[in-house]
Amino acid sequence: MVVMSKEKFDYFINGEKGKYEVIIGLEVHAQVLSNSKLFSGSSTKFGADPNNQVSLIDSAFPGMLPVINEECIKQAVKTGLGLNAKINNYSVFDRKNYFYADLPQGYQISQYKNPIVGEGKVMLDMPYGSKEVGIERLHLEQDAGKSIHDMDPSNTYVDLNRSGIALMEIVSKPDIRSPEEVNAYIKKLRTIMRYLGTCDGNMQEGSLRADVNVSVRKVGDKKLGTRCEIKNVNSIKFMQMAIEYEAKRQVELLDNGKNIEQETRLFDTKKNETRSMRSKEDAHDYRYFPDPDLLPLTLEKKMVDDLKKSLPELPDKKKERFIKEYGLSPYEANVLVSEKAISDYYEEVAKLSDKKLAANWMMGDLFAMLNDKGLSILTSPVSAKNLAELVKSIKSSEISGRIAKEVFEIMVQSGDNPKKIIESKGMKQQSDPKELEKMINQILTKNKDKVDQYKAGKEKLFGFFVGEVMKLSGGKANPQLTNEILKKLLTG
Amino acid sequence: MSLDKEKIKHVAKLARISLDEAKVNSLTKDLNSIFKFIEQLNELNTDKVEPLTSILNESLRYRKDQIKDGKIRDKILKNSPQQNEEFFVVPKVVE
Repeated sequence: MVVMSKEKFDYFINGEKGKYEVIIGLEVHAQVLSNSKLFSGSSTKFGADPNNQVSLIDSAFPGMLPVINEECIKQAVKTGLGLNAKINNYSVFDRKNYFYADLPQGYQISQYKNPIVGEGKVMLDMPYGSKEVGIERLHLEQDAGKSIHDMDPSNTYVDLNRSGIALMEIVSKPDIRSPEEVNAYIKKLRTIMRYLGTCDGNMQEGSLRADVNVSVRKVGDKKLGTRCEIKNVNSIKFMQMAIEYEAKRQVELLDNGKNIEQETRLFDTKKNETRSMRSKEDAHDYRYFPDPDLLPLTLEKKMVDDLKKSLPELPDKKKERFIKEYGLSPYEANVLVSEKAISDYYEEVAKLSDKKLAANWMMGDLFAMLNDKGLSILTSPVSAKNLAELVKSIKSSEISGRIAKEVFEIMVQSGDNPKKIIESKGMKQQSDPKELEKMINQILTKNKDKVDQYKAGKEKLFGFFVGEVMKLSGGKANPQLTNEILKKLLTG
Repeated sequence: MSLDKEKIKHVAKLARISLDEAKVNSLTKDLNSIFKFIEQLNELNTDKVEPLTSILNESLRYRKDQIKDGKIRDKILKNSPQQNEEFFVVPKVVE
């Protein structure tokens, strides 16, 4: 798959002492879709009453033992396969030790030296071509609870409902070079995980978040600069803003002959700046060691093979097929595979009607309407079957493109099928040449003066005649036929 | 490998253990002698030996993905130093 580059990559920062490139690596935290938590039987459902989905394990009562959820293992393996990554048949759970009020154990169960998934890769479609971003690893770990700081002026409230939900931490290689690529990377990961059903990717609810590692280096330098880690950014927009700010800050330091300190920073969304998190000074001193409560995890080959066989067609493959099978442009195919539900809808419409016209209508009127109404493809008032009917009616010249837009409006309001609408409202296109000729003759007789002017060379008047025909027919005259007949009668 | 007093203090800080100077001194002595004892193992060549994380030659036992726990908020909050019937309440921690 080769996408020709129309544009050139050009995200650089011009410092006083030269041109810098920005090196970005992401640690994405994706909540695993499962009913219950990684090591306990409490529910993972979002939005429950505080501390109501907490077991004695999640709240770290003494003597509790973690037992791993089989589904979470499968979800991690599936995601690994979707990222073209190596599945490690042997992995180990470690304790990552730190103190925080929303981590009652005093350590997070994570995977350090032996993660469940190893190296993989993700392809991005950028305006300047395909770009590969390497995946370093994917490991399973527990999510922490939630601290709420704004309910009491002197205290912090802690809700442990999230504590112990399974997370996949997906670590990229430092292959990303611009905020735009960050956007494409996160969206691609999200699309893949949604296809697989392993993470819902809902950033508003926090089921997808990321730590962003940023460093800069002069263009041409081989060595990576010192990086800073920006913690827990929960929207793509904020990630992009944080990167832009942070890269500029680092370039300024270097320009002034200062050193960059490796540190953890946070992004202040109100001030649009990153600042040092001094509390995390010791943060990297986690004193990992294998969790004595958990045996090493060995995957059965059969389980991995079965999961491999059960994988759905993933977006990259589907895109290629859409281009080949439906004759779509890479851009169209990209948009239509961006969500599984959209691609399913498209295939249903395309199979029943015209492939190309179906794509146009979906990406034009349908998406605009859904966007306008804040709906998704799954809640669309226009079903795939009905849209196919509409496309068919246009293709067969039963109705004109203009009338089709009116029919579409009515379909949106009523949910009715277009056939019924066209018939009951008499919207069928006037395509009988004899009828049209009769109508046109009527107009020409009525506007004898204009006909003479036209014949004398005022050809602009052609549009006037077309307009009159449309007016008389209530917009239903077949435009192509109208043009042909008009031309014939005016020159005859 | 040996531990100096600074290292002991650092580890104590990470573990949120407060130590007075006398304790630091005695711990430094004790821990160093324990390390010395353990270091005898370095006499063995373990280049080709995989680290042992468990003495049981078994894999992790799985659990089915079923909701069987939770909804015991009163029990969970009962032993906390401070709570308001919904949340744990802790001293303000803000960045």
